[in-house]
Amino acid sequence: MFYRLSGVYHSSLISDSRMFKVPADRNLAVFLLLIGLAAPFILPSLYLNSYILPWLIWTAAALGLNLVTGWAGQLHLGYAAVMAVGAYSAIHTVRLGVPWEIALIIGGLAASVIGSLFAFAALRVKGLYLALTTLAMQFVMDWVLTHSPTISGGSHSSLQAPTLALLGQQITSDAGYYYVALGWCVLVTIFMLNLKRTGLGRALVAVREKDFAAAILGVNSFYYKILAFAASSFIAGVSGALLVATFYFLAAPEQFSVNVSIQVLAMVIVGGLGSIIGSYFGVALILLVPGLVNGLVVTASEELGMQVNVETLAHIPNAVYGALIVIILMIEPLGLGKLYGNIRDYLMTWPFDQLRK
Amino acid sequence: MDWVFLSELAINGALTGLLYSLFAIGLVLVYKASSVPNLAQGGLTMVGAYVVLALARDLGMPLWLAIPLAAVVMFGLGFGIERVALRRLAGRPVVMILMLTLGLDIFLRGTTLAISGGTSRSMELGVSYEPLLLGDIFISRIHLVGAGVALALFVAFIVFFRTRTGIKLRAIADDYMASWSVGISVERGVGLSWALASVVAVAAGVIWGEIQGVDQALSLLLLKGLTVAVLGGLDSILGAIVAGIILGVIENVGAEFLDPLVGGGSRELIVAAVLILTVMIRPHGLFGRHDIERV
Repeated sequence: MFYRLSGVYHSSLISDSRMFKVPADRNLAVFLLLIGLAAPFILPSLYLNSYILPWLIWTAAALGLNLVTGWAGQLHLGYAAVMAVGAYSAIHTVRLGVPWEIALIIGGLAASVIGSLFAFAALRVKGLYLALTTLAMQFVMDWVLTHSPTISGGSHSSLQAPTLALLGQQITSDAGYYYVALGWCVLVTIFMLNLKRTGLGRALVAVREKDFAAAILGVNSFYYKILAFAASSFIAGVSGALLVATFYFLAAPEQFSVNVSIQVLAMVIVGGLGSIIGSYFGVALILLVPGLVNGLVVTASEELGMQVNVETLAHIPNAVYGALIVIILMIEPLGLGKLYGNIRDYLMTWPFDQLRK
Repeated sequence: MDWVFLSELAINGALTGLLYSLFAIGLVLVYKASSVPNLAQGGLTMVGAYVVLALARDLGMPLWLAIPLAAVVMFGLGFGIERVALRRLAGRPVVMILMLTLGLDIFLRGTTLAISGGTSRSMELGVSYEPLLLGDIFISRIHLVGAGVALALFVAFIVFFRTRTGIKLRAIADDYMASWSVGISVERGVGLSWALASVVAVAAGVIWGEIQGVDQALSLLLLKGLTVAVLGGLDSILGAIVAGIILGVIENVGAEFLDPLVGGGSRELIVAAVLILTVMIRPHGLFGRHDIERV
């Protein structure tokens, strides 16, 4: 099969700490990247911009949450609020006449600052209580957003995003938006792939497994927790800004409500905590499958000549979304990333796996 | 400040707070038996209200029959949820169980609305909307009824936890390994706690459905219910009642002072602030027994 382990021997630390230890993994990644680059020429722009583009940006956002929940082990139910901070600060900065490149970074940094506030809760409590605190902070942020006209324009208004322009080029084409999203997603993925090879990633894992054991090893868990929250908030901020700039085109407080926080956490957990490929799967499942099922129900009811209530149709995606979370957690609590890992490990030695036993 | 007005705010706040307690008891029951956060209580409350409505409106039963029947149905649903979903994740990290209950919440909400539509329906309990006059103080009758139900449930659970089954539940809450070794069926106990939480959800659904109509908004009580449960201590039913009253008063009186300052809608803010302060200052709440593992 493709996953050949034969001939792969790691005889030095350098070769053992490569990003892709098995050549097949690297080939697959390169292949997928090529498909990603070619996608605008293959797919019709409807699919490209209404499915693939949000998928990529949400994956980048989910990877950011994975950094803090999967790697550092800190529950975070206020992620959408941090995304909102990034989105709103970036838009306001652009409206002041600052170029988008700098505005995105400013948005990320502003999100980092606010996101670090969440970290101070993490310094006091953990587990369930941390989840509840971040949930409450999400409600506070929602409230601030809807009640401060200078930020959002008031409770029922939305803010028009200025046209995206990078490196002096105005980006208005569908393919352009797509490449921006792809670029950001690839950037975040490379960062996350490298994370587990660095001291930072190992320190975060140590903090996750047992913070006082980490302290004995000389890992300052306070410092690394704040760092994890700040880094993940930066990713959240830029993802939020890009989401508004390339997909929504309008920023409204409802786009970053508590339900969205729950949704991102669902993406991360369904995908698998600490799994990068899993985040891709999780986002695809949570974002795309409910709509697909709804489409199937519509088609099936038309085929059978049945009349399905409009309200029923409106709520089926929600029911499917909840059911997906429950079912995936029941089948494999470690998420889709683990399921993928199982298949990959099986194929590694297939068809010679019986020889090992 | 007008004292009559202030006491009216406080009394009505306390009554509303007791209704939050009604919701929070469901969270406390599950947490007590299995240390699992029951974030599906909002969805359960909604399902409870809709089951009552389905029995009463669609099948034409009288309410005095529909409510107990709905309680029986929900009892079964609660047992089923534990058996099918929760049991498989026993012993897993809290983040997965948290997500599972959130997923259940979304699923229950979506399914209920897909079946019966999102239009708000009224419960029509037959409680008069005329306010009760106590001296110069206006009191809402339905809030009074709801507060009475909350207190009645509180007394019922106090009695229940002294029966044989209740003592088993307390033993499970205390140390499930030890309970297991003396032959208590921990699974059945946890299932029972979910079933009881679902029955409480029927009561909460009926009362809240009467107050604000039976629709999706019923699940938005989750933040307030959580705050009450945490403030009272996640494993204390008495705590839920006391904390409900405290939160209700703070919210109602505080909103009256804060609303003109910030331009309305400060209730959510007050609730969130109480939750954050509780977790920061006293994570185990007023009456909570467990020492929360501090970082």
